[in-house]
Amino acid sequence: METDSLVRLLLLLPLAGAVFNGILPLFIPSLRHRETLIGTVGTAVVAVPFLIAAYLFAGFHGEAHVANFYTWMAAGDFSVSFAYRVDQLSLLMTLVVTGVGALIHLYSVGYMHGDPGFWRFFAYLNLFVFAMLNLVLGDNLLVLFLGWEGVGLCSYLLIGFWYTDLKNSAAGNKAFIMNRVGDFAFLLAMFIFVKEIGSLDFARVIAEGPTMDQSTINWAVLLLFIGATGKSAQIPLFTWLPDAMAGPTPVSALIHAATMVTSGLYMLARLSPVVLAAPAIMNVIAIVGALTAIVAATIAITQNDIKKVLAYSTVSQLGYMFVASGVGAFFVAIFHVMTHAFFKGCLFLGSGSVIHGMHHVEHELHKDGHGHHLDPQDMRTMGGLKKYMPSTQKTFLLATLAISGIPLLSGFFSKDEILFKAFEAGTTGMSAAWFAWVVGLVTAFLTAVYMARAYYLTFEGTPRWPHADKLHPHESPWTITTPLWVLGILSVVGGYVGIPAVIGHGEYNLIHHFLAGGHGPVAERAVEAHVSLGTEWGLIVLGSLVAIVGFWTGRRLYLKDGLASDAALASRFGGAWKLWQGKYFVDELYEKIVVRPVIGGAEKAFAPFDKYVVDGMVNAVGYVTRAISYVLRYLQTGLVQSYAVAIVFGVLLVVGMMLFG
Amino acid sequence: MNIPYLTSIVIFLPLVGAVLTLLSRSVNTTRWTALVVTTVTFVVSLGLWTGFDPAVSTSDWPQLANVWAGWFGPGVDVKYFVGIDGLNLLLVLLTTLLGPIVVLSSWTYIHKHEKAYYTLLLILQTGVTGVFTSFDVILFYIFFELTLIPMYFIIGIWGGEERVYAAVKFVLFTLVGSLLMLVALLFLGFAAGEAINGGVFTTDWYTLVEFNMPAVQQGWLFLLFALAFSIKVPLFPLHTWLPDAHVQAPTGGSVILAGVLLKMGTYGLVRFCLPFFPDATHEYAMLFAVLAVIGIVYGALVSRAQTDAKKLVAYSSVSHLGFVVLGIFALTAEAMQGAFIQMINHGISTGALFLIVGMLYERRHTRAMADFGGIAKSVPVLSFFMIFTVLASAGLPGLNGFVGEFLILMGSFKSATVGSPWLIAIATTGVILAAVYLLYMVYRTFFGPLEIEANRTMKDLNPREVLLLLPLVILMIWMGFAPAPFLARSEPAVQDLLRKIDAKRAQSAPAAEEPVSMLYDGERFTPAPSVR
Repeated sequence: METDSLVRLLLLLPLAGAVFNGILPLFIPSLRHRETLIGTVGTAVVAVPFLIAAYLFAGFHGEAHVANFYTWMAAGDFSVSFAYRVDQLSLLMTLVVTGVGALIHLYSVGYMHGDPGFWRFFAYLNLFVFAMLNLVLGDNLLVLFLGWEGVGLCSYLLIGFWYTDLKNSAAGNKAFIMNRVGDFAFLLAMFIFVKEIGSLDFARVIAEGPTMDQSTINWAVLLLFIGATGKSAQIPLFTWLPDAMAGPTPVSALIHAATMVTSGLYMLARLSPVVLAAPAIMNVIAIVGALTAIVAATIAITQNDIKKVLAYSTVSQLGYMFVASGVGAFFVAIFHVMTHAFFKGCLFLGSGSVIHGMHHVEHELHKDGHGHHLDPQDMRTMGGLKKYMPSTQKTFLLATLAISGIPLLSGFFSKDEILFKAFEAGTTGMSAAWFAWVVGLVTAFLTAVYMARAYYLTFEGTPRWPHADKLHPHESPWTITTPLWVLGILSVVGGYVGIPAVIGHGEYNLIHHFLAGGHGPVAERAVEAHVSLGTEWGLIVLGSLVAIVGFWTGRRLYLKDGLASDAALASRFGGAWKLWQGKYFVDELYEKIVVRPVIGGAEKAFAPFDKYVVDGMVNAVGYVTRAISYVLRYLQTGLVQSYAVAIVFGVLLVVGMMLFG
Repeated sequence: MNIPYLTSIVIFLPLVGAVLTLLSRSVNTTRWTALVVTTVTFVVSLGLWTGFDPAVSTSDWPQLANVWAGWFGPGVDVKYFVGIDGLNLLLVLLTTLLGPIVVLSSWTYIHKHEKAYYTLLLILQTGVTGVFTSFDVILFYIFFELTLIPMYFIIGIWGGEERVYAAVKFVLFTLVGSLLMLVALLFLGFAAGEAINGGVFTTDWYTLVEFNMPAVQQGWLFLLFALAFSIKVPLFPLHTWLPDAHVQAPTGGSVILAGVLLKMGTYGLVRFCLPFFPDATHEYAMLFAVLAVIGIVYGALVSRAQTDAKKLVAYSSVSHLGFVVLGIFALTAEAMQGAFIQMINHGISTGALFLIVGMLYERRHTRAMADFGGIAKSVPVLSFFMIFTVLASAGLPGLNGFVGEFLILMGSFKSATVGSPWLIAIATTGVILAAVYLLYMVYRTFFGPLEIEANRTMKDLNPREVLLLLPLVILMIWMGFAPAPFLARSEPAVQDLLRKIDAKRAQSAPAAEEPVSMLYDGERFTPAPSVR
């Protein structure tokens, strides 16, 4: 089949799945419980696109292909089409989205089993994949934006999936609205491009964007970056992501770790030539990324909810990726997007498997009438799960080691490359890059510590739930463990597409060759003088040491002492620990300076103003008129209908008199 | 297929239907008559869509025009003159589409004086269609006033507890504006007659468009016209009749009010204010843009503060129509096209919101959001339609609202008249705020625990209700993913209009030095100049 038809199929299959799983069962309730049918269709409409993407990838010869379907909207001089671009960057993203996506769909068949909203869940998830594919395949900013808001919608629907608990719905609203703040900036950036360039097509934005005057470029890139901070949960718009954990765990894995939250990085990579034309803003990006990385990592250390740890870890890792973009190494950001999709996807799915198991324990406790309440996500009531959930434990460990940056696992390659690029940018005169490098190194240590903590508290030591001698969880079914193993293995080997340049002069850095390096669509910051080989080796050793020492520290703290170490750390760090535990009180700050003033202002100022002042004046006019008319009351019948009729005739009379009089 | 007098048939078929409903014997016949008539009207009106050729210019004459010049007799140029061009085609179709939907939505909602209700509904439809299709300003004015009477009764008889207050307020507000407009209109007719029509009073739109009056005079007439239309839109701060009228009106009334009556205001601005008074338009564009942007933000904030779902939706209209007015005064093709699409969008989305709120009211006899909560569980189909519509209304890309908002904001950003980046940035916050108030409504009403017994036993939508919402939902998707056919139909007319404005402005720039015509001495203001 020709590429156009394949792209069409690739896009439409998940959409068809969403309609099949969403609309049909909505109107035909008997379909809602057909889990096998829904699960099979739901998974297939993502797995087949993965195969299509793999086929396109295999047959890809380095030439970008644009499939232009039809004009979306045209008005005045502006026109934009439903056009999709198949090139290195979009193919790689499509593979990640559909590949990890298909695995997580399969996982959900087991995870969501028995949920009355099973059908809805798959409909939303399919719709999400459709939106995400628009995001990564679109050939212009507007189609990207369609996907961008589409994934935001699905995120909203899935965070609030269990809507009978208002907390979940509130988290969904928060995510949607915070994303919209970013989208507001994104829209303004698009307006700038339309005004200055007259088009939103990538080819023209990339070619002509850098030729705009400098302050316009800066504004455009800054606004795009603000858009990215919303979707990719960076300072200042990151607080929605931890709350988003209210959604079912597969959602956290797919949307809030592997794919949607990386869209900001994708967008910057796609527009990399324009971003490179705004060095001042790149400094901002690198600094914001680094700060987000360390802020989130410090919070992650103090959290007890296993999903919250992973959520803050995601925010932190996204910060790394922004550091990469900020120092002009966009392809490395995408590299880390990919490896992160593997290990963080695996970690989230693993946590889901754990929660699944702990749910069982809670259920049993409940049944026996022990009257214990157990939060299945709280690591403080876990421990020793290794014995009961071997597959989950092994894959979780692999992914933990990978994210910690233990040498030769996937996270090591991508994270090291980010730090190296920051270092390199620092040596060639980008001052913000030094800051990012130092902060990145510290964060790497913290990452290894908090991940070791999460692993040891969950899987090692002795069980801490009530009646652990009698009650214990079981390993999850194959639909859950298969995706775990696939992602676990990818967490190990996924990094070999990006072997550092010191080995074979960069010949083996496939991802660089593929995405950037003059052939691919991703630009990079020009470096005048390369770092010496010795320095590069030194950095690799340094990075490895930081990871190993970090993980060892975490192991030493939590393997034996478990929760006691938390208390010890809390007393040792005192106020800082409280600050971390309280998530820097950013939510409280926003509540105080944004939410309350706006909502309170609406309720206490604007609404009464409208009622008493604006409308009050109108009514005052009414009263005055009535007072006057009191005198003239005998001329009036008091019926508006007769006035209205009188008016019509009066008008005709006046006109008639004027004309014929 | 070429039906003669097609435009007139579309206008007056509902009036014929009104006679039939008046003659009908039982409630059921009344309803069915109304339904059949409005449906037939809609089907017939599709002939306007197929019969209208966007490639044929309407800069000198509308398409599918019907003229009867003998109405006022000789000596004055006041005609029955209706037709279709790119500016009114979609609005007419929106009107005819909403016709049967409104009838269906009233089916069980209206329990008293059904005959009168459906008769008035049909008269109202004739009035609105006439407003959109008139190419004679007097004719336009008559139809404009004609809509007032049925709407007054619909609110005043079938409305809520404070229906009389709301109805009177609605009528008085509109009357104040339209009477001033009448004065301006007569003045314009005489002045144009004097200047370019051989002394014959004229209200022919095509003649008046050619008439270029001095800037100072334009200013006054513009303001009088614009006031009438701004009340109708409603533009901040003239909007306070709207929430009352909406909340008190029965569902069908609200749908017509939001769906098409408000558009008479925005349509009037485009049709009359802009081409008649281009210099004044330019002079006041920024003022109107600022009021529009205030309306966008203010309407959204006040909307968020409401506890009554219907009032929330009502205030959202203030915000949404702000976008339309901004788009109109941007005077760029993109923004103007966006404004037209947005008028249709608002009719569809807000119409649907009112329909669904009405369905909730019919079930629970309350619209207070606090009385609901968690009903997504008990009425999943209703919830689906509501959330879908909310998303369309909040401007989610892929649904209709986005196309309009995007084109308006983008076109305004590059506008020479209103394109201050800061102003447009403030307007763009409307997309954040729309999510704030609409999601809040969904959150309060549909999510959370299902605690109240009456909510637990609530019935989901019946087939009639699904049927009446379905066309709207289909349009939301269609106009979201493929708005091109709609945009293509308004494009030439919008371009013509903008060219006309530019041409007249170019003309009047040097003309300002010449001695201003004798019309300007003020004495001509006295009535009855000799037109014979």
